Amino acid sequence: MSRQRDQAVLKNKPDNTAFTQQRLPAWQPFLSAGYVLPTFFLLGLVFIAIGLGLYFTSNNVIEIELEYTGRSPNSSCHHCTKNDTKDCKCNIEFKVDKTLPGPVFMYYELVNFYQNHRKYGVSRDDDQLNGDLKYLKEPSEYCFPFRQDGQNRPIAPCGAIANSMFNDSFVLYKVNNSEISKVPLNSKGISWWTDYNVKFNNPKLDNGTDLKQAFEGTVKPHNWPRPAYELDTNPENNGFINEDFIVWMRTAALPTFRKLYRRIDDGLQPGKYLVEISYNYPVLSFNGQKRVTFSTISWMGGRNPFLGIAYLVCGSVSIVTGIIMLIVYIKYQGQNIRKVE
Amino acid sequence: MFRCAVNRWCAGEEKRVDSRTIYVGHHPTPEIEAFLPQNFCDNRIVSSKYTYWNFIPKNLFEQFRRIANFYFLIIFLVQVIVDTPTSPVTSGLPLFFVIIVTAIKQGYEDWLRHKADHSVNKSPVYVVNGGKIVEKQSEKIQVGDIVCVKEDETFPCDLILLSSSREDGTCYVTTASLDGESSQKTYFTVPDTSAFRTEMEVDSLSATIECEQPQPDLYKFVGRIHVFSDKQEPVARSLGPENLLLRGATLKNTDKIYGVAIYTGMETKMALNYQGKSQKRSVVEKSINVFLIVYLCILVSKSLIGTMLKYIWQSDPANDEPWYSSKTGKEKNINQLVKMFIDFLSYMVLFNFIIPVSMYVTVEMQKFLGSYFITWDKDMYDEHLGEGALVNTSDLNEELGQIQYVFTDKTGTLTENNMEFIECCIDGFKYKNFVDSCVVDGISSNDGPCSSICGMAGKEKEELFLRALCLCHTVQVKEEDKVDGLLKQHGGSYTYISSSPDEVALVQGAKTLGFTFQGMENNRMKIQNRETEIEIYELLQILSFDPVRRRMSVIVKENSGRIFLFCKGADSSIFPKVNTGKQEEIRLHVECSAVDGLRTLCVAYKELTQDEYDQISTQLQEAKMALKDRDKKLADVYDKIEIDLHLIGATAVEDKLQEQAAETVEALRSAGMSVWVLTGDKMETAMATCYACRLFHTNMKLLELTTKNIQEFKARNEAKVHELLLELHKVVVQDKKYSSVSQLRSWSTTQEFGLIIDGAALSLIMKPTQDGSTGNYKDLLLQICQRCTAILCCRMAPLQKAQIVKMVKNTKEHPITLAIGDGANDVSMVLEAHVGIGLKGKEGRQAARNSDYAIPKFKHLQKLLLAHGHLYYIRIAHLVQYFFYKNLCFIFPQFLYQFYCGFSQQPLYDATYLTFYNICFTSLPILLYGLLEQHISIEMLKKDPSLYRNIANNALLQWKPFLYWTFLGLFNGLVFFFGAYFLYDNSTLTDNGQVYGNWTFGTIVFTVLVFTVNLKLVLDTQYWTWINHFVIWGSLAFFVIFSFFWGGIIWPFLKQQRMYFVFAQMLTSVSAWLTIILLITVSLMPDVMVKVLSKHPDKGRLQKYLVYNKAADTVSTPRSPVEPLLARSFSIES
Repeated sequence: MSRQRDQAVLKNKPDNTAFTQQRLPAWQPFLSAGYVLPTFFLLGLVFIAIGLGLYFTSNNVIEIELEYTGRSPNSSCHHCTKNDTKDCKCNIEFKVDKTLPGPVFMYYELVNFYQNHRKYGVSRDDDQLNGDLKYLKEPSEYCFPFRQDGQNRPIAPCGAIANSMFNDSFVLYKVNNSEISKVPLNSKGISWWTDYNVKFNNPKLDNGTDLKQAFEGTVKPHNWPRPAYELDTNPENNGFINEDFIVWMRTAALPTFRKLYRRIDDGLQPGKYLVEISYNYPVLSFNGQKRVTFSTISWMGGRNPFLGIAYLVCGSVSIVTGIIMLIVYIKYQGQNIRKVE
Repeated sequence: MFRCAVNRWCAGEEKRVDSRTIYVGHHPTPEIEAFLPQNFCDNRIVSSKYTYWNFIPKNLFEQFRRIANFYFLIIFLVQVIVDTPTSPVTSGLPLFFVIIVTAIKQGYEDWLRHKADHSVNKSPVYVVNGGKIVEKQSEKIQVGDIVCVKEDETFPCDLILLSSSREDGTCYVTTASLDGESSQKTYFTVPDTSAFRTEMEVDSLSATIECEQPQPDLYKFVGRIHVFSDKQEPVARSLGPENLLLRGATLKNTDKIYGVAIYTGMETKMALNYQGKSQKRSVVEKSINVFLIVYLCILVSKSLIGTMLKYIWQSDPANDEPWYSSKTGKEKNINQLVKMFIDFLSYMVLFNFIIPVSMYVTVEMQKFLGSYFITWDKDMYDEHLGEGALVNTSDLNEELGQIQYVFTDKTGTLTENNMEFIECCIDGFKYKNFVDSCVVDGISSNDGPCSSICGMAGKEKEELFLRALCLCHTVQVKEEDKVDGLLKQHGGSYTYISSSPDEVALVQGAKTLGFTFQGMENNRMKIQNRETEIEIYELLQILSFDPVRRRMSVIVKENSGRIFLFCKGADSSIFPKVNTGKQEEIRLHVECSAVDGLRTLCVAYKELTQDEYDQISTQLQEAKMALKDRDKKLADVYDKIEIDLHLIGATAVEDKLQEQAAETVEALRSAGMSVWVLTGDKMETAMATCYACRLFHTNMKLLELTTKNIQEFKARNEAKVHELLLELHKVVVQDKKYSSVSQLRSWSTTQEFGLIIDGAALSLIMKPTQDGSTGNYKDLLLQICQRCTAILCCRMAPLQKAQIVKMVKNTKEHPITLAIGDGANDVSMVLEAHVGIGLKGKEGRQAARNSDYAIPKFKHLQKLLLAHGHLYYIRIAHLVQYFFYKNLCFIFPQFLYQFYCGFSQQPLYDATYLTFYNICFTSLPILLYGLLEQHISIEMLKKDPSLYRNIANNALLQWKPFLYWTFLGLFNGLVFFFGAYFLYDNSTLTDNGQVYGNWTFGTIVFTVLVFTVNLKLVLDTQYWTWINHFVIWGSLAFFVIFSFFWGGIIWPFLKQQRMYFVFAQMLTSVSAWLTIILLITVSLMPDVMVKVLSKHPDKGRLQKYLVYNKAADTVSTPRSPVEPLLARSFSIES
């Protein structure tokens, strides 16, 4: 009887483990002033150091920005904004005072262009761009209304993004006492390696024929002057794997954005330069702006004073807070001791 | 012959709709011309909710009846129908997951129920058919079948006991599975059929049973059996609960019984009792709903703002449709208003994550899993009982931390309910201390506080008194040792079992005084007297105990033929019925004993003549035969019988205080709870208990509002009560003027009040007066009560207890109440209170069954409330706030992004991130926090009850903390978004000159978000077990690994490879790293500052504790080696 009872007792008795009794060994951190104050000071100092580094790095980046929208009549590109001009070209001159060590990066910049608009952003077919023959002929519904032309022929590359690809082109000349020499522009490696090598692929037919045949049966996007397989003469930079195209297809986050155009490996020596622009891309209809930018690059990227300043501010705030807390702490600690006594 | 058969059979009697007629064995009876077979349900028990084919629709319907699920379903449908920014998968997947998991859980539970039902329904039972025993499946039993049940079998349906294999026509039954009482109960056969022994005999019975329609009360049954014998003269017998064997109970100590099925299947009392209790909702849940509405408003207003701004922005045609993003013809043709509505819906879908489906799941899980810690707590395990705490509902875990009023029963809750016979008074003489010297005439008198009445009563009186004790009870003797009841006391070879421990104590006490009750056979009670002779009494009637009458009587017949009525009961119910005997002395003695905290009972008797008895018997029989209002009629008859008694003495039984009852009461009070004692006991006893458990103390002013005070004004009771009420109110309120500061009820030195009120006075106050001014007096009483630190309500009927709880519950402040009790009389109060606690006590398990939490002892309440309740409140409150916070800072950047994407509802984050944020990246840490967090150690919480006040009044879920969290969420959202925005001022972030796109932008924000939100929890966690480390760092690691993985593959099933290598590319940029670190730091900095500057409750309190107790030597709290907080100082100053 009593044994039975004992068994019942044992059966019902809760396990005496640290877990069930909520007694797991635990670290109980405690934000005491003793820990927090030094942390604040240390953090402040580190942040200020980083901030200074970033600030000066950013300041050392040299950026030359040239606007060429041509909205104002004084602008050299103003004549290209007229409706009836075809193959319009305009020139912008600029001066380099200090050497821009290579590589110098050349960007084009658009303002008030909503690449991040939802309907615009989904209007593409990544399967088609990956070289999938099925989707080449039958692009995704997302591409609508840039999926097929009026005769129901598939558009390659389909979609609004591809259709609106930036098509101004730039040639850079160095002006040496009225003697003009072309500066070599490198277009290799301006897109992400993974995009160029994996995500984007040209459609390939089994018999290994050329690109044009692969695109047989498709039409070019409406706004393009020539089909995708004629974007460049270099087969490594043609069709869907044209780097300018890939760069364009990586949609920007904000309505003002810049995209990498070319690299000038040797840098720019001081002197006069001239950019010859083939002005094709209309932006005035949506109050946009176009710019071309030359920039050197540091380890932290392009010129952006924000990060350095933010670090400096944050570090300073941290130190100031630390000092205030220290004062309060010392003042009230005295009172507490008196009180306890 | 002792039972007079009354023939009340009347063939023409109108058949009531609320009764049913059963033909025993389906034999048509001669008396009834029209044999109308009634349709009763079969004996199939269906506890399952679903069948195979209705599971999916029914389960889905039930799940979508929950408002949250329905909301998510709507969002999902909108996503499917309308062209929305996120794919339906993002909200469909979590919803689907939740629905599937719930469905699987419920389906599994239902499958188990099906299995159980099946095994019950198909189990073999033995039914008498055509004079033979036939095996049937249990579900085939029909009303009217005669069923044979053997020992240790369970009754398959509700049966009327026809015959038993025991000689005396009784059988023993345990109802452990019904109400948890493991003691054996005796049931009686119908006298006319008890002689049947074989199937043939039973089958030859021709009878009908008329009984009420099924009702769930286990302890109520009225019916009538008409037995038709060969002589064609029907005999009617009344049937009561003592004849009804309930389904689910088990036959014990009896070889076999025959019974006729009267209620079957879903109409059995057990099945009717399956209905769940009403759902109690905790304050936290109500707060959640309020916050939900706030967030819903935020959601709707965000969507409205977005829609409005979109159309304002689009009014410029250059923005509406730039050439690069031309609209389809379809889009152009849609009505402007429809377009706006679709845009609004799109915004709703985009922002819907602000109300996360996962919160409901997490809260449910936290509650469900969290309740295990209560069950597992070995501090709440009682060695003697062999059981620990029991959680009947996990919905109220956090409510335990919010209790403001504790209503406790006295007997069995504050006290042990382990009775010991201490003293008695026979004919005005007091007897005490007889336990150690109990020989034949060894009753020694003793000088007590009431020594003036000590002495010796005559031997005759003594023996009469002891016989009365031996006869007037319902105690059973158990011969075997097999019984597992708790109420056994080994008296030599006898074990007494009774539902009331007082009775056991009295019989036990009589035994030590020489009169031994030896048991009952065939209605004959055997008593061994002092001369070891056996006296036999025939038990004629039992006028059973009920809490209203508060007494019981037996009528017995001596061998010599003299008939006695013995009555025992509470003094207040005996004295009005007594006209002879030494009333004054005995009254004095009773009061003296009561002051010592003893439970007193008075014993009286009278002798009846045969004629008188016959009359009584007739009356009783009539009352018992009544189908309607039987209880009331019986009570009336009892009242008439129990008059003109002769008082012979009183008994005093001690009920020890439960261990640590006083400490517990004290702790609860210093935790800011008002403790009210509600008891059926009388004032003096209850007061003594209250003093003993330190509810009252000597320098407390006691206010009495009892019938005693108003007795003089018998005619104008009500007026007097009201007068008294006003007077007390004046006292209390006047005092209040002097001490208006002490509203905090804290360590004030002002006069403390205790209130004593009794049932009669209370009913006068509660009873509406003619002019309907009851509210006024009720308010007065409440005001008085709120000013009193301790309140004792005595002489309470069970319903009055519930009434008091309700009164307090419904006051303006809507305080959270807790009721704790152990007996059936506490059930109503336990059900009424916000939190009902049942003690697994001695008076059965009814309270425990109906409670939300059941604990073995009163002292366990301290840990349950102060430690578990406090912790669960903190945990759930933090969990809820954190959930809203993390989703606000999740969605707010998405809202801000709309300003920079032409209000086009472009999602900032990738769809996978949207979906997985709440499921994988931030869910487990907060769940584990909700289970493991101990911001103050359990030891500390138990040691310092005043910590409980910190969380009173739902402190952590008030608007202030809610706004703090909301602002924190908004601030973080701003920091995340604009940090990334300014960084993107120049989207060249690497030294190879390449630029990043919008998905990198979103990923930077999202990375900062996941880290900040998890690190915020790091800051909040005060109790870091390895599990916390594992889940928090694990979640972050999982996020990183997942992001690599998700971006590392071209997923064939995805239409858009947005995230391809985005995360990895992001990490190649030093600027991105620095930004992420900076933004996380900035986001967390304000919270760190607030934390440092605000009081840490544990340490701060510890210091206060030291200050207050610096004089006391007992302070052994280790001074923390950490430097004192500046925090504390701020809080004290402010």
